[in-house]
Amino acid sequence: MDFQVSKEQELVRKLVRAFAEREVKPLAAEVDAQHRFPAETVAQLKRYGFTGMIVPKSYGGAGADEIAYAIAVEELSRVCAATGVIVSAHNSLALWPLLRFGTEEQKERYLRPLADGRKLGAFALTEPNAGTDAAGQQTCAVLDGGEWVLTGTKIFITNGGEADTYVVFAMTDRAKGTRGISAFVVERPAPGFAIGKVESKMGIRGSSTAELVFDGLRLPKDALLGKQGEGFKIAMTTLDGGRIGIAAQALGIAQGALDESVKYTRQREQFGKPIAKQQALQFMMADMETRVQASRHLVYHAAWCKASGRPYGKEAAMAKLFASETATWVTERAVQLHGGYGYTSDYPVERMMRDAKITEIYEGTSEVQRMVVSAALLK
Amino acid sequence: MKIIVCVKQVPDTNEVRIDPVKGTLVREGVPSILNPDDKHALEAALRFKDADPAARIVVLSMGPPQAEEALRECLAMGADEAILLSDRAFAGADTWATSNTLAAALRKIGDYDLVFAGRQAIDGDTAQVGPQLAERLGIPQVTYVQRIERRDGKLTVERQLEDGHEVIEVGLPCLLTAIKELNEPRYMSVGGIYDAFGEKTVAVWGLKDLGVSPDQVGLEASLTQVQRSFTPEPKGQAVRLSGTAAEMAEALVGSLAHRHVI
Amino acid sequence: MAAVVILQDKCVGCGLCAKACPFDAIDLDKGARKASINEKCTACGSCFESCKKFGAIVHGARRKAKADLSEYRGVWVYVEQRAGVVQPVAVELLGEGRRLADALGVELSGVLLGEGIEPLAREAIELGADRVFLCESPALAGYTTDGHTKALDALVRAHKPEILLFGATHIGRDLAPRLAARVDTGLTADCTKLEIDPADRKLLQTRPAFGGNVMATIVTPNNRPQMATVRPGVMKKAEAKPGRAGEIVRFDAAVGAGDLRTRVLEVVRSARPCCAIEEAEIIVSGGRGLGKPEGFELLQRLADKLGATVGSSRACVDAGWIGHERQVGQTGKTVKPRLYIACGISGAIQHLAGMSSSDLIVAINKNPDAPIFSVADYAIVGDLYEVVPALIQALDRKESLAELIASRAAA
Repeated sequence: MDFQVSKEQELVRKLVRAFAEREVKPLAAEVDAQHRFPAETVAQLKRYGFTGMIVPKSYGGAGADEIAYAIAVEELSRVCAATGVIVSAHNSLALWPLLRFGTEEQKERYLRPLADGRKLGAFALTEPNAGTDAAGQQTCAVLDGGEWVLTGTKIFITNGGEADTYVVFAMTDRAKGTRGISAFVVERPAPGFAIGKVESKMGIRGSSTAELVFDGLRLPKDALLGKQGEGFKIAMTTLDGGRIGIAAQALGIAQGALDESVKYTRQREQFGKPIAKQQALQFMMADMETRVQASRHLVYHAAWCKASGRPYGKEAAMAKLFASETATWVTERAVQLHGGYGYTSDYPVERMMRDAKITEIYEGTSEVQRMVVSAALLK
Repeated sequence: MKIIVCVKQVPDTNEVRIDPVKGTLVREGVPSILNPDDKHALEAALRFKDADPAARIVVLSMGPPQAEEALRECLAMGADEAILLSDRAFAGADTWATSNTLAAALRKIGDYDLVFAGRQAIDGDTAQVGPQLAERLGIPQVTYVQRIERRDGKLTVERQLEDGHEVIEVGLPCLLTAIKELNEPRYMSVGGIYDAFGEKTVAVWGLKDLGVSPDQVGLEASLTQVQRSFTPEPKGQAVRLSGTAAEMAEALVGSLAHRHVI
Repeated sequence: MAAVVILQDKCVGCGLCAKACPFDAIDLDKGARKASINEKCTACGSCFESCKKFGAIVHGARRKAKADLSEYRGVWVYVEQRAGVVQPVAVELLGEGRRLADALGVELSGVLLGEGIEPLAREAIELGADRVFLCESPALAGYTTDGHTKALDALVRAHKPEILLFGATHIGRDLAPRLAARVDTGLTADCTKLEIDPADRKLLQTRPAFGGNVMATIVTPNNRPQMATVRPGVMKKAEAKPGRAGEIVRFDAAVGAGDLRTRVLEVVRSARPCCAIEEAEIIVSGGRGLGKPEGFELLQRLADKLGATVGSSRACVDAGWIGHERQVGQTGKTVKPRLYIACGISGAIQHLAGMSSSDLIVAINKNPDAPIFSVADYAIVGDLYEVVPALIQALDRKESLAELIASRAAA
């Protein structure tokens, strides 16, 4: 067994940490306070290869492995969870299904501009009546004169209001249930495609979470990703991988809150000494550190399984389940360690606490993760 | 166009502390980094390559085998190839011996149009290797470069002075030493990192590869020697003021005014 | 710098040197209980002190001098002039050079390169030079590396000084290394102290090493001249003695336009004048503890109130919060103002190197263990964002506060 990261992965961490500290961290509080999408950061992400991390160089990507990718999302989320999810949704949810299921033509046409960062991607599955029960898709696509016509509404779409290319799921044959769902590649702008409500959120406020409205949007026949009726499988396998991204995001948030706590408790003095000398707080931080490390092992292990071609559905679910609940637990304690200051926006831990919660909800709630894990256990 | 960039891996002296009790250096946890000024030198070279993709950038360093890490970073930023001069015979070199060794490597590389170096390395802060290398190579130098323009096969550069700058025209080949004001270095890129460990290589050259005699490098060739080193003495105890911010401020202002310092 | 050898017969393998080495350049053979130097050694000398007890660490075997060193006599100072003005550092070097020449019992010479600068030669003599080598040529009018190197090389070969000093300015640090390489001699950069070893007339050159964390004394044993650049602001300025006699030696170094491979098109004085922090009587300096670039606005308000100049630690300069010309420390300026107020500066040793000789130091820092307090005369443990505004307010009442202190002292 070897817990050593590769030299490439080590340098990726060094790169992302430097980039995050200097470019992302200074904007984190502002994009949160203003609910602003950090477009300037996204432009930089493209320059340094974060927009096509796991895409081979032959398609304009960076050719990195899954562990390096998890490290990148972790390090970005350590200072700004919103930036972490922008990268995660783009890479895991938009690029990956195109890479995995796209035809050569689709890869050239859709994947390449996403990988080299000319375009931003999103993944549109959730609907008002199809959340955890993704099979209840209302959006439908019908063939009309050799073109697909897409009608319906998607909600809570990460990068929704900012993306150029979307992987959208729709019913093509309602009678077949989940086997009647198909995946499409949709580009914006296009007649019949509008951005609806942009959500006001508790956390990750720098990310754009939007409603997508399709009203007779006409798509060329080759906008179909994979085979007709394969959509549900595409969605589920994509989410298996996406969970590693979200788990890495949660890990980063927790690590960031822990780092802030260590720094603060060393500086803050009460009763004539730094509060870090209080054993009650030392023990609290020991527990935080232990859980963060446990998350890290689960996250990297899931990424390693995926990178090495092993099954990773259960591993990804466990990583996301544990890392996200740890993020909530650790950030809440970080606020406690900061006392009254932690409750103010002068310190980043209150933002981290708000950001952490979503990791237990999106790309499968903790309850869904438990379903996946128990199903694998009891099959 | 062939550009050579001389770089050094250094301990991050910003991270070094002195143990207040023992008066010794605390080395633990001090990371090794690519020398900051050298990063600006590499960035300057990369901008030539941005403008002219046919340009080739070779990064050159002298140091222990671990210095390869710094060279991989340079490759990940976009340099084309890297050469590490590493040999026990090179150890203990002063700037005279270092520039001798680098010059031998540059002659072996040959056909360079431009040589870049950082102004100085943060572990020694001498700023001597650049000019001494230029002298060994017999090419002109401009140090403290804060701006570069290429015009009709010549360079127009700004050299920083304490109270302004001078604009200097210099032909190729020449050696320029870069300062912080020259540019904002790019980061490595993810793809660049994978290239740095993939298609790109770090060649290691020893004494034999350079074809110079052992008395021209390292300790043997150094003209200066350290006689003694010591840590500066700390001062006596300070007057510690107490109370609220306002009370401490008043006590300080009163004391300073009383002593006619203000 | 030079090299280090561990005498195996004296080494007991205690490992103290390995701990002291900043470069991880000492390997310890636990079995044989011996230390050895590896290729990471930069000869910084940090280990010497650690082995005082056993004396096992010495500088390496040296090659012998090639030339007869006794042929070299006299102390020279490169009298840096810009646009016909002798630079302050040259005045400091003439003061220091005089001291060294007297210690050696030799003459002090100034070297002046330029065009139409004969009056400066008189100035240098009044400042303590016994002789001035005056090299005038149109090709030397403005500073160029090639012109000044060629002229100095010719002078050194013709007149053989034992010591040659330069100011560690942007000119001195450009010229001295190039010249040292041409005349094949050692050069020590940025010296803060120079002494003569009475035993063998060697110049002991002390400078901060390893980012200012240690001081190293360096010698050039086998080559002449012994060359050093000296940090501006460190040495005491020479006092002019009007009418002092000395000799002016004109020297034709045969430097022509054809020797110059660089062409100075323009010299621009910065529109934003350098804050001349070295000249400031009072400095209010900020560090990482400011937390944000705007913190310098607060310090500027305090500085305005005190008639002070704002300085900075390296961290803030690196972060881009303030220009490098404000940087105090090993890689920035050395200052010794009457009063130095360090706000939110932890006191990394490289900062201390640049300011610890200030007459009076006030440190304001949240961390009571911050190293800055070890050099401070007055220590305020507290949040600078509370203390500095309080100081600004208190300054309005400084007379009455001074009386209060006086009456307390009397009581």
